[in-house]
Amino acid sequence: MPADATPNPTPTPEAGPTTGPTTGPTTGTTTGHAAAAAALAQVPSEPGAAKPDPIVIADNVKRSFGGLTAVDVEHVEIQRGVITALIGPNGAGKTTFFNLLTGFDQPDSGDWSFNGTSLRKKASHKVARLGMVRTFQLTKVLSKLTVLENMRLGATGQRGESFWAAPLKFLWGGQEDENTVRARELLARFKLDGKEKDFAGSLSGGQRKLLEMARALMVRPELVMLDEPMAGVNPALKQSLLGHVKSLREDGMTVLFVEHDMDMVRDISDWVIVMAQGKVIAEGTPDSIMADERVIDAYLGAHHDVDITEMEREIEQEHLEYGDPMGDSAHQPREEEK
Amino acid sequence: MDIISSALHDAFSPFALSFVLAAIGLNVHFGYTGLLNFGQAAFCAVGAYAMGVSVASFDLPLIVGIFFGLVASALLALVLGVPTLRLRADYLAIATIAAAEIARLVFSTSFKEYFNARDGVSGFTRGFRDINPLPDFNGQFLTFSRNDWWVMTVGWVLVALTCIFLWLLMRSPWGRVLRSIREDEEAVRSLGKNVYSYKMQALVLGGVIGAFGGFIGGLGLASVQPDSFNTDFTFIAFTMLILGGAARILGPVVGAVLFWGVLSGVGSTLARLSSGDNPIIPPDLMGSDQVSNVRFMLAGLALMLLMIYRPQGIFGDRKEIALDAR
Amino acid sequence: MHVPRLRVPLLVSLVVVLIGMLASPSLAATEEEQSNTVQGTLVNTAEDRAPVEGVEITVTSPDGEVFTDTSDDEGKFEIEVPGRGGRVMIELDTETLPDGVSLRNENKSSITRNLNPGQRAVILFPIGPDTRDIATKWDRIPQLVVNGLIFGIILALGALGLSMVFGTTGLTNFAHGELLTLGAMAAYMFNVAMGLPFVLAAVLSVVVGLAVGWAQDRGLWRPLRHRGTGLIAMMIVTIGLQFLLRNLFQYFTSGRTLNYDAYVTPSGVDVGLFSYTYRDAIMAGISAAVIIAVTLALSFTRFGRATRAVADNPALAASTGINVDRVVSGVWIVGTGLAALAGVFLGYTLGVTFNIGQFTLLLLFASVTVGGLGSVWGALIGSLIIGVLIEVSTLVIPAELKNAGALMLLIVILLVRPQGLLGRKERIG
Repeated sequence: MPADATPNPTPTPEAGPTTGPTTGPTTGTTTGHAAAAAALAQVPSEPGAAKPDPIVIADNVKRSFGGLTAVDVEHVEIQRGVITALIGPNGAGKTTFFNLLTGFDQPDSGDWSFNGTSLRKKASHKVARLGMVRTFQLTKVLSKLTVLENMRLGATGQRGESFWAAPLKFLWGGQEDENTVRARELLARFKLDGKEKDFAGSLSGGQRKLLEMARALMVRPELVMLDEPMAGVNPALKQSLLGHVKSLREDGMTVLFVEHDMDMVRDISDWVIVMAQGKVIAEGTPDSIMADERVIDAYLGAHHDVDITEMEREIEQEHLEYGDPMGDSAHQPREEEK
Repeated sequence: MDIISSALHDAFSPFALSFVLAAIGLNVHFGYTGLLNFGQAAFCAVGAYAMGVSVASFDLPLIVGIFFGLVASALLALVLGVPTLRLRADYLAIATIAAAEIARLVFSTSFKEYFNARDGVSGFTRGFRDINPLPDFNGQFLTFSRNDWWVMTVGWVLVALTCIFLWLLMRSPWGRVLRSIREDEEAVRSLGKNVYSYKMQALVLGGVIGAFGGFIGGLGLASVQPDSFNTDFTFIAFTMLILGGAARILGPVVGAVLFWGVLSGVGSTLARLSSGDNPIIPPDLMGSDQVSNVRFMLAGLALMLLMIYRPQGIFGDRKEIALDAR
Repeated sequence: MHVPRLRVPLLVSLVVVLIGMLASPSLAATEEEQSNTVQGTLVNTAEDRAPVEGVEITVTSPDGEVFTDTSDDEGKFEIEVPGRGGRVMIELDTETLPDGVSLRNENKSSITRNLNPGQRAVILFPIGPDTRDIATKWDRIPQLVVNGLIFGIILALGALGLSMVFGTTGLTNFAHGELLTLGAMAAYMFNVAMGLPFVLAAVLSVVVGLAVGWAQDRGLWRPLRHRGTGLIAMMIVTIGLQFLLRNLFQYFTSGRTLNYDAYVTPSGVDVGLFSYTYRDAIMAGISAAVIIAVTLALSFTRFGRATRAVADNPALAASTGINVDRVVSGVWIVGTGLAALAGVFLGYTLGVTFNIGQFTLLLLFASVTVGGLGSVWGALIGSLIIGVLIEVSTLVIPAELKNAGALMLLIVILLVRPQGLLGRKERIG
C-alpha cells in the first residue's frame, strides 16, 4: 500500500452489492449523478488526484512489450459509486491497463488495490470474485451456449460447479432455479428476454454487448469495467446502452469504461481520466477535460486522423496477448467489428 | 456372411472396448473441454501396466491393481497438466504425445523384471476369470469364448455407466463451465471461474476413463504389451471420436463400434478379393500383408475427409464443437 | 461467400504420382528379394586382422533347411537363405578353424537372428583377442558429440521446414515426418529402381519434395485456409494425412529396410579425439550449407522479408500488399524440399524404411520446441541440442531409451521456458 493512499475497506451503504439490480432501466434520473458530482466537486482536476472514497488505487503500474512501454501509470484513483471514463488515443494503453488491473496481463512492476485488497499477482478469476468484473473490447459471449446459459454461467458460488456435486442434481437444482430467476430479471432489464433460448452467436453486435454486460452483473460486482461498450454497436442501440450504463450507477455500482466517443463520455461520465502513450495526462470532470488544451492536442487532434492500419495493429495485438496463434481468422476481416 | 460376422466380432470385441473407453476419455478432453490430448495411449498404458504389475509381480488382488491403475493415470494427468494447461492448445498436444512415447519406451526397455520388455505383462487375469458367473460352455458362442463374454459384459456395462455418469456431469453447471472453456477461456475467467482447475479436472477425468480402457484391453487380451500403446492408438481413438461426433455422449461409442466394424469388414473383403486361386485384385497389387496397410490408408483418408467435410461426425452438432478454436 | 473447392483431382493425381513412383521399385524388388543373405568376414585380431580361410559356416532357415558356405581367402562368407525373413541360426564350425586360432568366446559359435524380409545380415564372429581400445565413458564424449551434431544438422533440415510452416500458418504439422520418408523413398526409387547415380537421385528427390510441397499447399492447405477451417481441425487433418502416407509407404515397401545402391559401409577418418566418415562429413556439410542459404534468404531476399512479415502478423502483411497465399505456398515448397533432403540423408544412415517419419517426428517436435516454435535459428539450435543429447545420453541411459531423453527435455522446456530458447515470450498465450 502506498503511504499517500486513503484506503476505505468498508463499503459505503449505496455500494452494497448484495441486493443486486432487479429493476427495469432507470434512465437518466439525476439523483445518482448529482450525488456523484457532489462527491467529486472538491477533487482537483489534475493527474493522480486523490478521491474522497476510492475503490481502486493504482501505483507505478508499468508494462512494456519488447522495448515499447505500453502502460506507465504513476498514481490513479477511481472514485466509488461514480462513472469514470478512461479515454485516450489509440495505442494509449487503455486496454492494456484494463488487462493489468483485472489480472489478464502481468505488469513489469507496480501495485494496485481494490477495496483495500492488493491485487498484485492476483489471478484474473480471483479478481472477478472480489467484485471487479470486466467486459471485453471484442465481445466475449459464448456463442455456442444459449443466452440463458451464458447468464447462468455468470453466477458465482454455484454448488453445481464442483465436480463431486455436479452429478447429483438435488444438490444444485434449487440454486440453479434461483440463478435462472435472477438471470431472467436481468435479461428483461436488458431487453433480451425474448432471446433466452437463442444461441448467443446469433445475436447482433449490440445485443452481444448487452448480454456481456448483463452476464457481468450475474457476478454481483461492485465495480464494472467496460472495455469500449459502444464499439460495433448500431447507433440506434447506443442510447439504450447508455441508459443501461447509467442505471448501473443508480444501483450503487461503480463503473469504469474505456471509450472513444467524446459525446458519449460527456453524456454519462462523472469523471474522466485521459491516457496517452501509457501515462495518465489529465483527469477531471467531463467539462473541464473538454476544455483542456493538452487533451485536445493529445487526443482529439489525433483522433481525427487515426491510421487504419494502426487500429488493425491494435486489434491484432489484442489477439496476440490472448494467445491467438496467427490463424485463418487473421487472414479474413472480422465481420463484427466492421 | 463371415465378413459380416467378423466385422461384428471386431466391433464389439474386448479389443474394441478398450478403444471405446479411450475415445470416451478423449471426448471429455477434446469434445467437451477443447484439450488436445494426443497421448491418451499413455493413460491407458499406465493404467494397464499398474494393474498388471500389481497382480503379476506383487500378487496383489486385482481390485487393488485396478485402484493403483486409476491412481497412476490420475497422477500422470497431474504431471502433464501442470506445465501445459496454462499454455496454448498445441503445446498440450505435443507434450502429451511426447509423454506417451516416453511411457512406451520405458515400458518396452526398462525395469524388465516387471515389464518384461516387448513381451509385456501377463498372468494377472486369474482373479477376474475366477469370478466369471456366466454358464460354463466349451468353445465359442457367437464367435466369442466364455472368457470374452465375461470381459465384454463387464466392459459394456462399464461403458454404459460411464456414459450415464458423463451425461449427468455434462448437463450440470460443471459441464457448462467446461463447454464454455472450450469456447473462450478468457470469458470464463472474467466471470470468476478458475479455468486452470477445471481443465485439470477434465484432464484427470478423461485420463482415468482411458485407464479403464487399458484395464479392459489388458483383461481381454490377457496381456499388456508396450507396442499396443503407440501413437497410432491415440490417433485411432481420435478418428473414432470424430467419426461418431465429439461433444456427444454416445459419439465415441458409436464411432468406435463403427470404426472397427468397417475396418474389419473392409479388411476381410480386401483379403477375400486378393486371395484364392483366381483373385480379383492381382496379388502384385495387394499381398496379404498389404491389406492391413490399405485399410489404414483408408482410415487416414476417412479422418481427413471427415474433418474437412463433416467435422461434427455422425451425431455432432457442427455449431457445438471446438474445431474452429484457435 | 465464395468458398474455393478442394482440389480433389489434384490430390488424387498427387497420390497417383506417388503410387507410380513407388510401384516400380517395389514390384521389381518383390521379384528379386525373396531371400535373405547372411554374410560376414572372418579376421583374426591376433594376426593383425589377417583373413581366416576355410571355415565352415552353416545357416539354419526358419523351415529347418541348412545352407553352408566356407570362408574364402579374404575371410568372407555369404549365404543366401530363401524365404522372407524369420528366425535363423548361424553356426561356425569350430572344428574347421585353423590350428591355434580360436573364437574369442568359445561359447559363441552359434548366433540366432531375426531377419526382416530381404535383409542382408552382417554376422560377426570375433576371432582372437579384443584389441579395441576400451574407451572410458568420458573418452567417448567427443565421438558422441560429433555423431550427435551430424544427426542434429540433418534433423535441422526437417525442423526448419516444420518451424517455417508453423511460423507462417500456425499449423502444427503431424505429417511432417512423412515428408522426410518421402524424400528417402523418392531417392530409393531414382537410385535403385531407375538406376540413376545417387547424387542425381538425391537432387531429383529434393525436386520431388519441392513439387509435393507446392501440390499439398495448392491441393489441400490453401483451400482449407480459405474455407476458414480452424487450426485444430487442420491439425487433425495432418494426423489423417500422416496415417495415410505412412501406410502408403509401408504398402510399397512391405515393412522392409531398403538400402540405396551406392550403399557401402563407409570407412572412417580418425582425427584423434573422434573419427568420422566422408559420407557423414559430406551430408553434414551440405545440410549446413542449405540451412545457411535458407536462413540468409529469409533475412535478405524480398521473399524472405515477406515471409517474416507474414509470420509476424498475417493481417498486417496482407494490408501492406504482401500476397500471403503466395508466401505460404513458398514456405510449403521450401519446407517440403528441406524435409525431402533430410529424408534422403536419413535413408542413408537409418536405411530406407516406411517409419523414418514416425521415428523422427517427435524428435522434430522436440527440436522445434526446445529452440522456439516459429524461430528459424531456434530450429537449428534445437536440432543440434537434441542430436547431441540423444547421443551423449547413451552414456547414462540404455541406447533404446535415448529418444526418451530428448522427449523429456521437450517436456522440461515446456515447463520452464515454453517459448523455447529463442522464441518470443508474447507468442505462447
